[in-house]
Amino acid sequence: MLTQSPLELAIAAILILLATAAIAPVLSRRQNLLISFSFITSAVASLIAVFAGYAAVTGGGVESLVLPIGLPDLPFYLRFDPLSGFFVTIVALLGFMVSIYSIGYVKAFVGHRSVTRLVVFYCLFMAGMLLVLLSDDAYFFMVSWELMAVSSYFLVCFEDDQAQNRRAAFLYLLIAHIGAVLILLSFGLMAGFAKGFENFSGYTFSAMRDSHIPEGWAAVAFFMAFFGFAAKAGVVPLHAWLPEAHPVAPSNVSALMSGVMLKTAVYGIIRVGFDLLHSSDWRWGGVVLIFGLVSAVMGILYALLQNDLKRLLAYSSVENIGIILVCVGLAMIFKSFGMGLLASLALMAGLYHCLNHAMFKGLLFMGAGAVLHATHERNMEGMGGLVHKLKWTAPLFLVGCLSISGLPPFNGFVSEWLTFQSFLLSPALPSPLLNLLIPLGAALVALTGALAARCFIKVYGVTFLGHWRGEHDTVVHEAPWPMRIGMLLAAASCLALGIFPTFVIGWLDIIPETLLAAKISTSASASGWLWLTPVAAERASYSAPIIFIGILVIFATVYLVFHSRTTSVRRAPLWDCGFGKITNRMQYNSTSFSMPTRRIYGFLFNIKETVKYGSNQYLPMLNNRILYHLRVRDRLWQMCYQPFSDASFWLARRVGKLQHGRIQIYLLYSFLTLIVLLVFS
Amino acid sequence: MTKDIYPILIESLQVVTVLVASPLLVGWIRVLKCWSQGRSSAGVFQPFRDISKLFIKETVLAENASWIFRATPYIVFGATVMAGAIIPVISVDLPLSATADIIALVALFAIARFFLALAGMDIGTAFGGMGSSREMMVSSLAEPAMLMSIFTVSLVNSSTSLSQMALVLTSNPIVLRPSLAFALLAFVLIALAENGRIPVDNPATHLELTMIHEAMILEYSGRHLALLEWANMMKLFLFAAIGIACFFPWGIALKDNIGMLPAAFILLAFKLALIGVFIVVAETVLAKMRIFRVPEFLGSAFLFATLGMLSYFILE
Repeated sequence: MLTQSPLELAIAAILILLATAAIAPVLSRRQNLLISFSFITSAVASLIAVFAGYAAVTGGGVESLVLPIGLPDLPFYLRFDPLSGFFVTIVALLGFMVSIYSIGYVKAFVGHRSVTRLVVFYCLFMAGMLLVLLSDDAYFFMVSWELMAVSSYFLVCFEDDQAQNRRAAFLYLLIAHIGAVLILLSFGLMAGFAKGFENFSGYTFSAMRDSHIPEGWAAVAFFMAFFGFAAKAGVVPLHAWLPEAHPVAPSNVSALMSGVMLKTAVYGIIRVGFDLLHSSDWRWGGVVLIFGLVSAVMGILYALLQNDLKRLLAYSSVENIGIILVCVGLAMIFKSFGMGLLASLALMAGLYHCLNHAMFKGLLFMGAGAVLHATHERNMEGMGGLVHKLKWTAPLFLVGCLSISGLPPFNGFVSEWLTFQSFLLSPALPSPLLNLLIPLGAALVALTGALAARCFIKVYGVTFLGHWRGEHDTVVHEAPWPMRIGMLLAAASCLALGIFPTFVIGWLDIIPETLLAAKISTSASASGWLWLTPVAAERASYSAPIIFIGILVIFATVYLVFHSRTTSVRRAPLWDCGFGKITNRMQYNSTSFSMPTRRIYGFLFNIKETVKYGSNQYLPMLNNRILYHLRVRDRLWQMCYQPFSDASFWLARRVGKLQHGRIQIYLLYSFLTLIVLLVFS
Repeated sequence: MTKDIYPILIESLQVVTVLVASPLLVGWIRVLKCWSQGRSSAGVFQPFRDISKLFIKETVLAENASWIFRATPYIVFGATVMAGAIIPVISVDLPLSATADIIALVALFAIARFFLALAGMDIGTAFGGMGSSREMMVSSLAEPAMLMSIFTVSLVNSSTSLSQMALVLTSNPIVLRPSLAFALLAFVLIALAENGRIPVDNPATHLELTMIHEAMILEYSGRHLALLEWANMMKLFLFAAIGIACFFPWGIALKDNIGMLPAAFILLAFKLALIGVFIVVAETVLAKMRIFRVPEFLGSAFLFATLGMLSYFILE
């Protein structure tokens, strides 16, 4: 296997996935066998792709291949460079964990519905994502992009017996295609300037790389590509599909969609912004930065107000994509001013966050799936006390919460720290507008981090801690072993990525080197692997291993000191200030926990809060029933989507008047058309 | 030989200072408060007696407390002592100070807070959840403001390492900078909020509807409570130490300079005593504000800190 080149390995992985998708329908009569077989093969394929991606980044070379398939004269071009290799590693690493997890998770559907469709589209979806990353021409890129979009559409509407799911999937498909059209137009523009608009020969990425596009048209191409990819990434205000589609998809699919599919859009932005288009203006970076900031803050505020666990996680993905875009925007700004080192630091922060987000968001979605599997409940208001029942899921989910909240020694902190460092190293940019924007950006990123911690305390506290909040006590059972292993792997990588950042940065450094001609690893690990020093040791340093070991040592010392003593620990009923009549309904729940947020940031939302007092008919003076109703809506939905949907319905009704269902009128239409054609021809 | 032992010695001295001086600072504040209110005080050593009493007592755990509730006191204590080993208190020549810069320090306090808030929700009482929700409301505004305030200081000193910041500030001539003035103002407001002092929270209250920090630790007892109380005292001390290192580091012992240590100790005691006086004056003059005035208070701190950073970018 070692003799194969990375590209060959990646192609082998994709072929295995496609073959599995082809074989799956044959096995559809034996559902359990189908699940074990197909998810084990997809795990193996993912593992091969992990090696391929890892080798591509480590090798640092560029490998390309032309496949004589596709349309005549339009062969498919493949290319494997460190940037693709890194994203292939992310996709395949999470794909590997989720495939193992799926062996346990998908079995829950057996007996309720056929999973053949889920398996087929799962494999196609994985293959589509890998192909997007490998493709090196606009045509093949769009084909792969559509393969990814359409297969994920079928995965979102897997449980299509509910109207809500079909609606969510439709919205997803619609926004994905608006994005795809923009991407296509952008590629068309670049290809046209590369080799002329009258032929197709400019459709390869290498032609686009070599072309020189006028400044203004380059900006048009970049922004069309940016908004096209932003629709896929869920950047505010194009995020509307995300909180609809993620909750209704099966949890293993949500993990993949949120963890890695959004990253393919980030890949697209980096590919177009840093690789295909050379000239870059700081204003491009500024726009990316602003969209990133808005997404980060709005995403986490929306997440804070959600009661549905998976919907909350979907909004939190909007936030994390925002943070990644902030880093990418900063990198573009620094690049345009020729500050290579700073640009590579910011790009590194963004790439690191891509990897981290894939791991912890994958873990959290898998954990949400385990909770769903255990309780058949998606609403957090009805959960609680699961820490006593889910002995494995609870600590693993906690790792995810700690990582996403950016707490050391877990991985979320490292990328957050790198982001702050790139903000702090940025003074003296030659633009007063940027000098205004960058401090505000740092402030908003700091705010986002703190709000994320608040949000995930709510998630963990309401879902896993306290007492069961639901009406009836349900039987809760722990997830089966494959699900535990999937989550365990993700949690372990969250910790490892948090403790050994210097290795990851050393491995990744080839990407900024090829894109920006500057590397940070020489300074980042100048003081040894223990110390992360992005620029210089006296400027900033962070040592995750020492913090991890330090806290463990203090923890252990204090614990041992007290356990050698004789004072006992006694269990007793709750004290609660002496108030004895506490019930489970009196606990803080999700709505009450986020009440301060609604109060402080309420102006950003469309909130309708009603309290009704129902009185007893015999004792009208006493209110014995209080009905509280709260509705929180996305204000952007009304601002950005409602007008379009209303206008299209209005137009459809007007056009619909042409259709009466009477054959005579249709014949009249044909007759009139014929006359018009005859007159004008 | 002395070269090898010196870092270990100074690090141990630092940790012991943090562990011992923090109850003393709290004791001093309580004594001052008693004087200002015309009461007789229990002396500066009363916090030590409180802690040792709690250590001896039996620990009573609520029936459905999970492992998170039991681990939290140790994690909070561990994270706080870790922060105490990193923040330069008496000398900038601290071997562990490179372990975490100021951003990582803020994150260390955030770990402690995260677990404290989880523990508040673990036992499933209304008070615990209320405390957690309010604490996170305060911190979700205070933490970014804190970061912005120290970012301004770190931009001025072009480093985020606290030791380096103190070193640069002491070795350069004193310059009055508007950005630092804004940052200091913001830092003072945040330090009051983060440590649950008046006007944001009242450390002495056990009135159900007004407490924030106390509501989260209501169900703790015995050694668990002792660890949490001690960690809380250390947090106050460490915030004072961060403030001193960022804004008034003069007098701190410099690199390889053992001779400066006694003077550094005396100056530190003097500065902390002054901070104690300031806190007591503020708490005597001000009343605790309503909980939903707190966002305005912290919002203004956030604004001051951002203004500080803006004025650095634009003016300096």
